[in-house]
Amino acid sequence: MSDTTAAEATPSTVEVTIDGVAVDAQPGELVIAAAERAGVHIPRFCYHERMSSVGMCRMCLVEIDTGRGPQLQASCMVQVSPQMVVDTTSERTQRAQEGVLEMLLINHPLDCPVCDKGGECPLQDQTMAYGPGESRFVEEKRHFPKPIPISELVHLDRERCILCDRCTRFADEIAGDPLIDFTERGNETQVLTFPGEPFSSYFSGNTVQICPVGALTAAPYRFKARPWDLAQTESTCTTCAVGCRIAIQSSRNELVRCLGVDIDPVNHGWLCDKGRFAYGSVGSPERVTRPMQARSGGRVADIAEVEPMRNFEPSDWARALDAVAAAIKTARPGAIAVLGGARGTNEDAYAWSKLARTVLGTNHVDAQLGDGLAADITVGLGTATIDDACTADTTLLVCGDLREELPVLQLRLRGAARSGSTRLVEISPTETGLTRDAARSERCRGGEAAAVLRDLLDGDDPLSDELAAGSVVVVLGRSSVAESAEAAAEVASVLADRVPHAKFLVAARRGNVRGALDMGLSPGLLPGRSLSADPTPALAAVWGELPPEPGHDAAGILAAAAAGDIDVLFLLGADPLTDFPDSVLARLGVAGARTVVAVDTFLNQSTIEADIFLPAAAFGEKSGTTTNFEGRVSELSELVTAPGSSRPDWMIAAELAMLCDADLGFVSVSEITAEIAAVCETHAEAMGSPVDGDGVLVSGAAFEPALPPAHVAPPRDAYGLRLVCNRKLYDGGVTVAQTPALASLRAETALRVHPIDLERVGVASGTEVEVHSERGALRLPIVADSGVGRHNAVLAFPSPELDVGALIDATATVTDVRIETRGTQEPAP
Amino acid sequence: MSFFTEENRALAGEIIGRYPKRRSAMIPLLHVAQGQAGWVTPEAMTEIAELVDTTPAEVLGTCSFYEMFKREPVGKYLVNICVTMSCALAGAVELMEHAEERLGVRAGGTTPDGMFTLASAECQAACTEAPCLQVNYRYRYRVDTEGFDQLIDDLASGSLEGEIPQHGITARVRQRIPEDRMVGAVPPAEVNEAPVWLAVPAPNGAGSS
Repeated sequence: MSDTTAAEATPSTVEVTIDGVAVDAQPGELVIAAAERAGVHIPRFCYHERMSSVGMCRMCLVEIDTGRGPQLQASCMVQVSPQMVVDTTSERTQRAQEGVLEMLLINHPLDCPVCDKGGECPLQDQTMAYGPGESRFVEEKRHFPKPIPISELVHLDRERCILCDRCTRFADEIAGDPLIDFTERGNETQVLTFPGEPFSSYFSGNTVQICPVGALTAAPYRFKARPWDLAQTESTCTTCAVGCRIAIQSSRNELVRCLGVDIDPVNHGWLCDKGRFAYGSVGSPERVTRPMQARSGGRVADIAEVEPMRNFEPSDWARALDAVAAAIKTARPGAIAVLGGARGTNEDAYAWSKLARTVLGTNHVDAQLGDGLAADITVGLGTATIDDACTADTTLLVCGDLREELPVLQLRLRGAARSGSTRLVEISPTETGLTRDAARSERCRGGEAAAVLRDLLDGDDPLSDELAAGSVVVVLGRSSVAESAEAAAEVASVLADRVPHAKFLVAARRGNVRGALDMGLSPGLLPGRSLSADPTPALAAVWGELPPEPGHDAAGILAAAAAGDIDVLFLLGADPLTDFPDSVLARLGVAGARTVVAVDTFLNQSTIEADIFLPAAAFGEKSGTTTNFEGRVSELSELVTAPGSSRPDWMIAAELAMLCDADLGFVSVSEITAEIAAVCETHAEAMGSPVDGDGVLVSGAAFEPALPPAHVAPPRDAYGLRLVCNRKLYDGGVTVAQTPALASLRAETALRVHPIDLERVGVASGTEVEVHSERGALRLPIVADSGVGRHNAVLAFPSPELDVGALIDATATVTDVRIETRGTQEPAP
Repeated sequence: MSFFTEENRALAGEIIGRYPKRRSAMIPLLHVAQGQAGWVTPEAMTEIAELVDTTPAEVLGTCSFYEMFKREPVGKYLVNICVTMSCALAGAVELMEHAEERLGVRAGGTTPDGMFTLASAECQAACTEAPCLQVNYRYRYRVDTEGFDQLIDDLASGSLEGEIPQHGITARVRQRIPEDRMVGAVPPAEVNEAPVWLAVPAPNGAGSS
């Protein structure tokens, strides 16, 4: 980095004339892009600035003169050259545009009145703007059955298709799932999937958004609304921690659609299907919309199974909050804990952090549920951005499968690897979505990535020279919740000595987990990325005296609760029974707390055990800011009204403080934002003034994270397999379960092992076996998967059907399992 | 479970090895699949996708472009009667009518015994020999109704077995190219001589066909 002083020459430009105006274009820029920057819109269907040009539709024909006289050329295929003269409005250009549109409309059914695209359709708009007005085609149009589902989420109407190649190009180039292609090329050309093999890409929804006609429609939005009836606002997706910029749209106070917004630093306009369609859970009829209190006389387990609401009786805010305040007042000192907070806004997290520290007098707060890296590493180590990872000479992936955890990061890295702007090196227990695009992919036993990396760097492997020679970004995360956070973070310790210039991008997974930690929802941290032990003067001035006792993290809180040491346990949008890796401890903890207060949107496995349930406002129902895993703060917008009497988390915190005879000092979101800007030096810029769509990157921390000591590899069980519990995009969590469009997409749970390991077990693929760990046992099918590294047994976590956490011991470094084949059942043929 | 016979699987591996990119072997493998089953079955496409490291959708996309890859079962003999201008003027329409009557199927149909598929075809570039037809892409020139009946009788009796293989084997493709005529999978950057196919045959005659 030190020798960048050399030759910072200004980039040379190419002067071209577009519609009589001299324009400075960049060398290599396409005419259509240069015109766009100069404010001249050339109509187009197939051209998309994030994909390669193909010149399929011919709509962007303009007259281009490069010295040989004006010629009609497709402006998406021609690069600017010096002295080029472009005329986008000449008579010949207009005639060409009319001709192209008349041609494209020959087989288009013109069923605009019943088409979902009507009103926002490029074909409709451009026909009005550039079309001939009438058609000479009187013959019968081409007919296809319409529409056909090409996946659970996307429907295809081939009559409307103008064969622009956008969806098929996206599937191939960007998503890497070429499951749709042109078939029957010729007069009958049509986009199709292979029979029986649906377009089940995690990114399929993007094809609907970029379709310039109504050929591809999203099942959840079909016939839901008309574009001119929609209310729209820009916001940020909080389904995972990538923080894609989105536009949310509502009709009659109901979220009906979510579109990707193109911003350079994050999502380039793309979204994953979970992010695109999870708005469905916001309007779910299963939402809890009023406060509830546990029915006196205790729970009835049998009823809870079939009718969870029966365990509660309806309450109201006054009574419910009084009950919470009473529980707080009678709690022993230091016996209150707050779990969760990663699903809310930064303001929510700050309010709860302040409530816990200044009113409840506790440091037992944790936004992570034992499934991330240590809070100080997440906050203090991660200084790299997505762009850094996409441009580093080498990007080292030591994290979970990004395709499943942070899908749009996977798109960005895949694009970078394919364009050659970075080189991916991966160390993981199984193949991942990026393995095909990685220059190098090493398999390791679960929890031993650090050991593999150390061996590579200390041996005579070329990797050590490669890392030493160029810039390095490490995407660091938990590839498995069955290994400890220390085992995952040890990679950083290994690199600290050997590749000191490596920058880290911490692949935190949960929505606003980075923001929650930045706001101090962690036992060791305070708002503004400072340590609890060392509050900044600005914070101390506003917050006053802070609890002296160090706090527990999630595992500690649950252990303390299980031991009867927690009197009030707040579950702030947290479901430890589903999400905490060690489900036995989670169950004991939630059961052991004297009073459990749930602040949530749905009843889930944990909140069903609550004594008091406070309904919270969800995504799209509250404004504020969120922080993505890079540390980028961007705005969230409110578009619909929260159902029933649900309230935002921060408001609940403020009211609770009031009932405890304290005052948090704010009565609106903007007041909290302003207070954060005032007390957190790091966030002064990001929160001090409105941020634009790109967001503001918050950098720096007031401390150096403590890296775990490099330790020897954990002992191996020679007869067992190493349990790897990785994430799936469509998991057992409540968001997916409550989104009608996604619930059916959850994969069935099976234990995946390498074929050689399966041979050692001695059963056929698909056989149901018993999996034993030191902790517990599960019965499930075992299947062969050559993508799994040797000696690993891979299981998705959390599973919708199985209590996978029963196998995991939160205190162990790794979990080994043995496969029992007694009484096994061969799969049905 | 695999579609390809063991022999064809080995051949597929050999074909794939000839290309710098696996995908390039897609069309040759489709020929192997059609040669094995007489048509390209969905199972074949799925397996080819696996072999060349792509998706079945892309194999279908390629396969469906080529009219000669059949994605429905066809008879042992595919009879393509040219109906384009020159042949039509020389009696192709009457020939087609006769063929339909003789075989008992419409153009596009397959006889119930699975022996013949009758199809009308566009110009086969044998206008001087009109009307013409092809049986499994082997030409028959100046075909009249008697000639057609004779041809069908000969095919049914098996007397043309040697000349006309069953459908799917479009040519007796030479799969193994002699070493000295092999282009080889040399990365473009490493090519610094004239292409081998322009090389003058060696004086001893090796490499001449």
